[in-house]
Amino acid sequence: MAADAGLHGRLPPHFTTPGSSSFSEFLGHAAPDLLPSHRELPGAVIDVPHGTTIVAVVHASGVIMAGDRRATIGNFIAQRDIEKVFPADDYSVVGIAGTAGLAVEMVRLFQVELEHYEKMEGHVLSLDGKANRLSAMIRNNLAMAMQGLAVVPLFAGFDLDSAVGRIFGYDITGGRYEEHSFHSVGSGSTFARSALKKRYRNGVGEAEAVKLTVDALYDAADDDSATGGPDLTRGIWPVVMSVTDAGARRLPEEQVGAVVATVVAERMTNPGG
Amino acid sequence: MTQPFYVSPEQLMKDKSDYARKGIARGRSVLTLAYDDGILFVGENPSNALHKISEIYDRIAFAAVGKYNEFENLRTAGVRYADLRGFQYDRRDVTSRGLANAYAQTLGTIFTESGKPYEVELVVAEVGEKQADDQLYRLTYDGSVAEEHAFVVMGGNSEPIGTYVKEHHDLTASLEVALQLGVHALSRSLDGTARTLAADDLEAAVLDRTRPRRAFSRLLGPRLERLLGQESSST
Repeated sequence: MAADAGLHGRLPPHFTTPGSSSFSEFLGHAAPDLLPSHRELPGAVIDVPHGTTIVAVVHASGVIMAGDRRATIGNFIAQRDIEKVFPADDYSVVGIAGTAGLAVEMVRLFQVELEHYEKMEGHVLSLDGKANRLSAMIRNNLAMAMQGLAVVPLFAGFDLDSAVGRIFGYDITGGRYEEHSFHSVGSGSTFARSALKKRYRNGVGEAEAVKLTVDALYDAADDDSATGGPDLTRGIWPVVMSVTDAGARRLPEEQVGAVVATVVAERMTNPGG
Repeated sequence: MTQPFYVSPEQLMKDKSDYARKGIARGRSVLTLAYDDGILFVGENPSNALHKISEIYDRIAFAAVGKYNEFENLRTAGVRYADLRGFQYDRRDVTSRGLANAYAQTLGTIFTESGKPYEVELVVAEVGEKQADDQLYRLTYDGSVAEEHAFVVMGGNSEPIGTYVKEHHDLTASLEVALQLGVHALSRSLDGTARTLAADDLEAAVLDRTRPRRAFSRLLGPRLERLLGQESSST
């Protein structure tokens, strides 16, 4: 295997070729079989787990992203506690909707890509640079998407240059669109976005933004069977990540649990929110 | 047709070694030093952009002396090697031993097969859960690799620096103590006289085992001055 050549002789030339700081470009030379875009396509449509709804909300000091915990294969619930929101690096997060296997792999590659650039160059990519890299990865997956294996991520981060939280949405061709205030992707996104449209107002604080995302996911789960609501019996809550000037962090379970309890209590008297 | 002059393999290797050693001896030294919470790297380097000390992976760092373009080439190869390994298997499967092997093979091949050897000396270091698990590898221009303990001195003026560190080094020292010892050692010269090195002249970084995931961190600006005890003189 190409990667092991180093143990039996000098590292192959592509290891020492100067010029590129991109990990996926290097992977294309060193181990092309690991690149999703170099794979042969399946002939038929196959049933695989799909992840569903992700929401993101900009607030006064950064941005919040949250995702429900359900993965489905058709009408069948494949997993109750899947995680679909990940830290991309210290100042950005990525949430994924679509084919779970490919999406998780894409996130892994994206995380390595960002860290690789940082180590090679000695400084971090700009937030736009990161968003564009993700765009290229989605574009490389277009052939798969045409066969029903689409991956649609949502990317958000804290822009250290302008000191604001920003959100980027994508389409399956890799089109990148900056979204202002809030955005949602996945099967329940129509409902989540409508909910956010009615409740969002400019300049919300961080705590309020967290509640907005949990509320929006509740509404998505209310009307979309592929989105999971908070699982009160098992204690499974949405994954909520916050990015501010202090970096990206996942909110602790207890904190999210408390927000979920408030939302559920409110819905007891007013189920529509 | 003229016959090429015969040069014995011994002479050829000796010439190459001498050439590489001379190149390395011209550069300033870098010191790698174990302390209670990790491994410290410190070197004299007035540049803020051209680093001699760098992060390779979560718990692994790299330090080098010699010719910049040559060790920079090896550094990028190491980052690629580590990221590929970690992506292919798991982050825990990237080890300093594997990387040191890859470097040793590469340097060895270059030394024997190319006309000009690399004029570099490297350290590959990894911090473990506890100090006993730390690993330090020193690699030289010909691909020799040695596992070291406690400290490594590389570069030009290594003899007086090494003697000083050997006498004063303590594995249980704090970062502050280790750094001050390192800077004292670096300021020694052959004739026993000492210079003063300010924070601006130094490049310093640590692999700190108490940090989550990425252990590497550069010691810069005010933090470095505070650790050196030079805070008051800079304001």
